[in-house]
Amino acid sequence: MSETSKQTSFGFETRSIHAGAQPEPVTGARQTPIFQNTSYVFYDADHAASLFNLQTFGFIYSRLTNPTVAVLEERIASLEGGRGTTCCASGHAAQILALFALMEPGDDFVASTRLYGGSITQFGKTFRKFDWSVRFTDFDHLDAVRAAIGPRTKALFCESLANPGGVVSDLEALAAIAHDAGIPLIVDNTLATPWLCRPIDWGADLVVHSTTKFLSGNGTAMGGAVVDSGRFDWSAHRDRFPGLAKPEPAYHGLTFAETFGDMAFTMQAHAVGLRDLGATMAPQHAFLTLLGCETLALRMERHCSNAARIAAFLNDHPAVAWVNYAGLPGNRYGDLARKYLPKGYGSVYTFGVKGGYQAGLKVVESVELFSHLANVGDARSLILHPASTTHRQLSEAQQTAAGAGPDVIRLSIGLETVDDLIADLDRALSAAQARTAAE
Amino acid sequence: MNHDRYDNGYILGILQSVRTIAMVGASAKWNRPSFFAMKYLQEKGYRVLPINPGLAGQEILGETVWPDLASTPGPFEMVDVFRASEYAGGLVDESIRLKDEKGIEVVWMQLGVRDAAAAERAEAAGLKVVMDRCPKIEFGRLNAELSWAGFDSKVITARRRRLKSA
Repeated sequence: MSETSKQTSFGFETRSIHAGAQPEPVTGARQTPIFQNTSYVFYDADHAASLFNLQTFGFIYSRLTNPTVAVLEERIASLEGGRGTTCCASGHAAQILALFALMEPGDDFVASTRLYGGSITQFGKTFRKFDWSVRFTDFDHLDAVRAAIGPRTKALFCESLANPGGVVSDLEALAAIAHDAGIPLIVDNTLATPWLCRPIDWGADLVVHSTTKFLSGNGTAMGGAVVDSGRFDWSAHRDRFPGLAKPEPAYHGLTFAETFGDMAFTMQAHAVGLRDLGATMAPQHAFLTLLGCETLALRMERHCSNAARIAAFLNDHPAVAWVNYAGLPGNRYGDLARKYLPKGYGSVYTFGVKGGYQAGLKVVESVELFSHLANVGDARSLILHPASTTHRQLSEAQQTAAGAGPDVIRLSIGLETVDDLIADLDRALSAAQARTAAE
Repeated sequence: MNHDRYDNGYILGILQSVRTIAMVGASAKWNRPSFFAMKYLQEKGYRVLPINPGLAGQEILGETVWPDLASTPGPFEMVDVFRASEYAGGLVDESIRLKDEKGIEVVWMQLGVRDAAAAERAEAAGLKVVMDRCPKIEFGRLNAELSWAGFDSKVITARRRRLKSA
C-alpha cells in the first residue's frame, strides 16, 4: 500500500499520462511493460478457485484480462469519467460487447440514422443473425426517438460527434429520454474523444470507442473500448436486463448487479463478454494506444485548430459547394457543438466539390500530402471520396441519403503544418476545377 | 464527517490498523457477496468472524458462525454490516455498547447500506464510520488490484509500490 496515495482530482493531461500506470512494482519499470503472455500461474488450487469464481482480483488468461490492457482500461475510464472500461479488439467489437450485456434474442435498440457506415451495416445486417434488431431513427427529432422505443428496446445508441457528417447529438436530452424509458444511453465518442466531450458528464451510461482513431493517434493499433459510468441501476429493471440483474448460469447463479454493484457491467463484459466472444485486445496494441493517450490533449488541440483553419479556407474556395463542419457560421449543429464540444469541433468532416463525381475523384487523385485511404484520426491528414470507395456499391440516391453523394469528400485533418495542407488542397481543387472546365 | 466521499488516507488507515472483522450477515453460499468479501479478506490476512443467527454454530470458510455481536469473542476492531440499511441502526447501537468490551474501533456499512443518524451516534461515541463501501473493493482499489479488472482506482502516483514478501 502506498502511504502517499491521496484522493485528488488531477487534471486531464495528468490523467492522460498517469492514470492506471503506477511504476511496475517488481522491476520499477516506469513505462508500462508489455505483458506478452497468455496465462498466469496460480498460487494453489484455492487461489485458482477464487479467481474462476470471481471472488478475488487477478489474472487467469489474457482473453479475459491482461496487465497491459488493464492499464489502458483504467486510463480510458479515468479520462471518460467512468467506473470501469473493457478494452477489446476493435470499435466494432466494442459495439457488440456493449450490447451483448443488454440484449436477448428478439430484443431491439434505437440507433441514430447518422452513424459511421460500418456501424449501420453491423447493426442492420450482422446483428440480425443474433435476432437483435435496430430501429434507425433521426436523432435530431427527439419525439421520433421517444416514439421509437418499444417494450423490448434495450438501449439508445448515437455518436457524440458523428462520422462523417459533422452531426452533434443532444446528449443531455437523449439521456433523459433513455432514463424515462428505463434504458441506458450508449454513446460512441470516437471522433470527439474525452478531451472534447465526456458523454458520461451529460448522462450517458455507456461510452464506446474505436481506440484505433484519435486515442492511439498514429494509425498503428486496432482497438476498441466500452466505458461504463457505473450509474445505471440494472437491478431496478431485473426483467429487462437479465444478463446483469438475474443469476448468471455460466457462473453458477451469481448475479452481477448484486455482487458487483456499480462494477457489474465491467465485470460482466470481461467475465462473460470477452470470455465467450473472444474479441480481445492485444497487449502490444494496448501499449501503442497508451503511448497515444499520453499526448491526446496536445494532439486534439492541434487537430482542431488545423481543422478549423482548413474549414474556413474551404468555405471560401470557389471550387467548393459546401462544408459540413460544426464550427462554421450558420452550421445547423452550431448550438449543440458549442454546448457539447466547447474546446473544438473535431477534425473529421466532409465538403462538396463542384463538378460532382469526376471532380471528387480528381481531388483525391491530385493531393500529395493527404493520404487517400479509409481511416480517420491519424497524425497524417487523410482524404476519402466515399462514392468511389466505401459507398460505391450503393445507388446514387442511397449514397446521397447516407451523406456520401458523388460530390462528397471526407477529410481527417492531421498534425502537419496547416499551410502545407491548405496548399495541397488548393492545388487539388484547382486541378479538379480545370478538369470540370475542360469537360 | 462527510460520508459521500472519503479520503484514500482515511480508508487506508482503517484497512491497515484493523486485524479482525466481525461480519454481520455472513453467508455460507459461495455465490453471495458476503462470502466473496469474507474469502477475499481472509486471503489478505484478516481474520473474519462470521455472524448469522440462522447459521450459528456452523462454519463458514473455517470460522465458527456466531449468533450476534455480543456472543462473538473479541477482540475485533471492526464490525462489517452486511445487512440492509434498516438493520444498520440497531447494529451500530450494539457496537457502541460493546465498544470497550470487544475493542471495536470501526463500524463499516457495506455498499448500499446507509444510515446517517446511526453514523452520527457512532462518531459521537468515538467510532470511525464508513458507509456505502465494500472493504474488499476498497482494499483492491488502494492496492492496484481493482485496476487489474479495468476499473478506475483514482490512485495516481509515480512512487514505486513496496512489495511485501509473500
